[in-house]
Amino acid sequence: MSAKTEQEPSPETSKDERVAASWRLPLTLKGVARYRLGLTGGCLVAFFILFSFLGPMVYQSNQNNVDTLNALLEPSSEHLLGTDAQGFDVLGRLMQGGQISLQIGFFAALIATVTGTLYGAAAGLIGGKTDAVMMRFVDILMAIPFLFVALIVSTRFNPSVLSLSIVLGLFSWLVPARLVRSEVLSLRTRDYVSAARSMGAGKWRLVLTHLIPNALGVVIVNITFQVADTILAVATLGFLGFGLSYPETDWGGQLSSGVNYLLSGYWWLIYPVGLCLVGLVLAFNLVGEALRDVVDKRRTV
Amino acid sequence: MIETGQPVDREVGRVLDVRDLAIRINAHGQQVEPVAGVSFHLNEGETLGLVGESGCGKSMTGLAIMGMLPPGGSISRGSIALAGDELVGLGERAYRQVRGNDIAMIFQDSMTSLNPTKTIGYQIAEPVRIHRGASNREALERAAEVLSMVGIARPRERMGDYPHQLSGGMRQRVMIAMALACEPKVVIADEPTTALDVTIQAQVLELLDNLKAKLGMSMVLITHDMGVVASRADRVNVMYSGRIAEIAGTEDLFSRTRHPYTRDLLASIPLLGQDRGTALYSIKGIPPDLAERQSGCRYAPRCQNATAKCHEEEPVLAGVSTDHLFACWNPIDGEGVRDQSAQVQIRSAITKDVPTKPRLSLVHLVKEYRGSSSAILGRSLGSVKAVSDVSLTIGAGETYGLVGESGCGKTTLGRMIVGLEAPTSGKVLLDGKSISHVKGRDARHRQREIQMMFQDPYGSLDPRMKVSAILAEPLVIAGQLDAEARRSRVAELLDHVGLPLSALKKLPHEMSGGQRQRIGLARALAVEPRVLVADEPVSALDVSIRSQVLNLMRKLQNELGLTSLVISHDLAVVKYLADRIGVMYLGKLVEEGTGDDIYKRPAHPYTAGLIAAIPEPDPAIERGKPAAGVRGELPSPISPPSGCRFRTRCPMAQEICTTAEPPLAAIQPGHRVACHFPLSAAEAPGGANRAWQQEPHPKRLVLLDE
Repeated sequence: MSAKTEQEPSPETSKDERVAASWRLPLTLKGVARYRLGLTGGCLVAFFILFSFLGPMVYQSNQNNVDTLNALLEPSSEHLLGTDAQGFDVLGRLMQGGQISLQIGFFAALIATVTGTLYGAAAGLIGGKTDAVMMRFVDILMAIPFLFVALIVSTRFNPSVLSLSIVLGLFSWLVPARLVRSEVLSLRTRDYVSAARSMGAGKWRLVLTHLIPNALGVVIVNITFQVADTILAVATLGFLGFGLSYPETDWGGQLSSGVNYLLSGYWWLIYPVGLCLVGLVLAFNLVGEALRDVVDKRRTV
Repeated sequence: MIETGQPVDREVGRVLDVRDLAIRINAHGQQVEPVAGVSFHLNEGETLGLVGESGCGKSMTGLAIMGMLPPGGSISRGSIALAGDELVGLGERAYRQVRGNDIAMIFQDSMTSLNPTKTIGYQIAEPVRIHRGASNREALERAAEVLSMVGIARPRERMGDYPHQLSGGMRQRVMIAMALACEPKVVIADEPTTALDVTIQAQVLELLDNLKAKLGMSMVLITHDMGVVASRADRVNVMYSGRIAEIAGTEDLFSRTRHPYTRDLLASIPLLGQDRGTALYSIKGIPPDLAERQSGCRYAPRCQNATAKCHEEEPVLAGVSTDHLFACWNPIDGEGVRDQSAQVQIRSAITKDVPTKPRLSLVHLVKEYRGSSSAILGRSLGSVKAVSDVSLTIGAGETYGLVGESGCGKTTLGRMIVGLEAPTSGKVLLDGKSISHVKGRDARHRQREIQMMFQDPYGSLDPRMKVSAILAEPLVIAGQLDAEARRSRVAELLDHVGLPLSALKKLPHEMSGGQRQRIGLARALAVEPRVLVADEPVSALDVSIRSQVLNLMRKLQNELGLTSLVISHDLAVVKYLADRIGVMYLGKLVEEGTGDDIYKRPAHPYTAGLIAAIPEPDPAIERGKPAAGVRGELPSPISPPSGCRFRTRCPMAQEICTTAEPPLAAIQPGHRVACHFPLSAAEAPGGANRAWQQEPHPKRLVLLDE
């Protein structure tokens, strides 16, 4: 017996439930709370959501009309973070940009995860040649530079939250597909799957009741990273000028317009939005890391 | 009375002296004490068995001696003295001088304990270079020397091999070579043979014994297997829940047992020679949770002899002499290990001579796995012949046992029967109708008549489903009952396997291994199958839990009149459960007969060798055994030997065995064997051993010379 099995408690009345539950059900708040960094990340994410969606109700500002008289004002009691070249209030602009980033991030991640999970689960379960063909298709898509396609698409169509989410989502399902496939490959040889098969369970039953729920831990961890990646991608597109069209805005667009004034000392056009971007992406990554620790722990115990 | 707690002068001849050792582990913010108050010593040149069930702290003790406790673990009390030098509190740098040089450890899992990216020669040479300051060439020279010492042929050629190129037995030999390269004073062997087959286990244990004598080492042999201890140890420490229960010479421990736990443990092990009419003794309950505080004797809640004092005060390790110590307030007398009055009679499901109509028949069943071919080169590696032409019949209500070592095809056979694998050719008949090669709904429906109980209690239950959902699943799939009827059926099933209704709300991880295995059994029985296939039903369980599950299976077989196939590597388990036994070797059924036919009158040399290799928990039997059972290693199933597949390891093989494959023929009614030269029944009861004594054997020759 290895040292690991030696330590393993075999609780009858399960007084050890606290310990056990935290690694079996990693997606509870309690499980995440054990990781301080993860908790910090979670708080930051919550803060940005509140800031972007509830902020505009508390802090009302002009975001509709160009106001050249009040352009490029320094931060003051009236405009907490000043105004930009068009006279929009920067703080309010940040909130609006945050909304867009979060919306696209979550929506694209959702598309990517659902598509990827189903695709990966199917490939892993069917196996054999079908699996090989399906995964080579994924490899081919991975080799196509996403930015390139995204740029072409956004010049053809007028980018909106929906279209950007779909384009980004259609490019980022590849990673979850690979993850889920490898997870399913290992899960499908487990005895409980064999047991269900020997009871006469059909393929759909296996996928829906045994394979996907057990692969979900990995998937959920991946979602957080996916959101972070998408937010960065949206910012990249915006920075290159292929983001949402005026008057809507995203953080990437704000950054790019701010860069023009950087040398003139208009710091409020660039630092706040940069910090927000870094903060939000970092927050999602922290949450993801913490979740991954919890999920991985289940495997090592 | 001599008590160990008091300071005694360090005695001469003790290479290792452990006093009042306690280990503490910080895990998940909890403090756990997996070992407390452990004292023992190791005399020069002796083998000390450290035996106990999982979680009893035996491996922890071994790791503590090596100074290799897992992260969060530390020695909180006590002393470990190696030849008079204190090891507790030694700095890491100083400990490194000791580790591998004075004390070495042999680990259980040779696959993960060897570095897959380095050659074995390099790995064996490593400790020599570190501790002896030898040059590369000298170290490699030494490595070759040690390799030949552990019985690896042509060591210089093998030194360039990587671990994956060797078989399990060979890897274990390499591990031993690594441990012995610097000729340590003390070797700690932590379950050195648990991952190996019995025939290989016998070879490795014998090798350890010989090397120990040759190099003058002392050995701590950590194991859960009472049989291994009985055959190899001079003295034995029995541990329970982090404490030492009993220390005695091997003979004394088995014949004059004083601690109730030792007695109960021994009584729960099914013996080969046991009459299957009596139920196995089983210890009630499960071992205590280490995280819980408990006053009094740790064994008290499960002990028959426990009194009020046992629950209040922890007994100290004491005894009339230093040779036999035990921690118990009410030591037992020590004669009868198996209390006759406590035995429960179980009648066998069928009476032997009444032929029943066949329920399950396997007709020329073959399974070959196409070798994995490289996708680009399309290179075929030949097919693995997992099961080759096996035919057998199981009567209604009968229990058939299938026994064999790993790689003999027994599990594949079971999976083909339940429809998890499709046979390459041949078919499975249930009540005369074929269930192989049938597709669609109808097939699934018929397949439901055969259910399977799995080996791994951790892997066979979906970790995210509650017990109620797990048990209801086969009923939902079958779609026969409505929700209300399902609930009552699930309750009934729980009752069958002796679990309380409260278990319904639990998740698998909240239950012990034994409970999980009961759930697995209940799930297999849910749709009232006509045949139950149990693949290694108890091999993942501890001895005390194992007998509970075995008895439960016997009870259900009788009550439900179930036809079952029990698959196991453990002949004793199969013999206890089954009416008839089939022995498999490399995909072939080589012998078939009743339990007594197989054990008392084995006709196939492999069966005889297998029986000789099984370590039995009785020193008297063990002493009478020949040096080792089956020699050599299992041939590759990709290109099995021509003719009789066992001929490469058989002491009686002759010309004809190479050319002609022996058919499975009856030598007596109900006793079939596939061998050109079956051992005759006249040789019994010692027939098994005699066949193997004909073989010239190095150790035997040495003994004769003396």
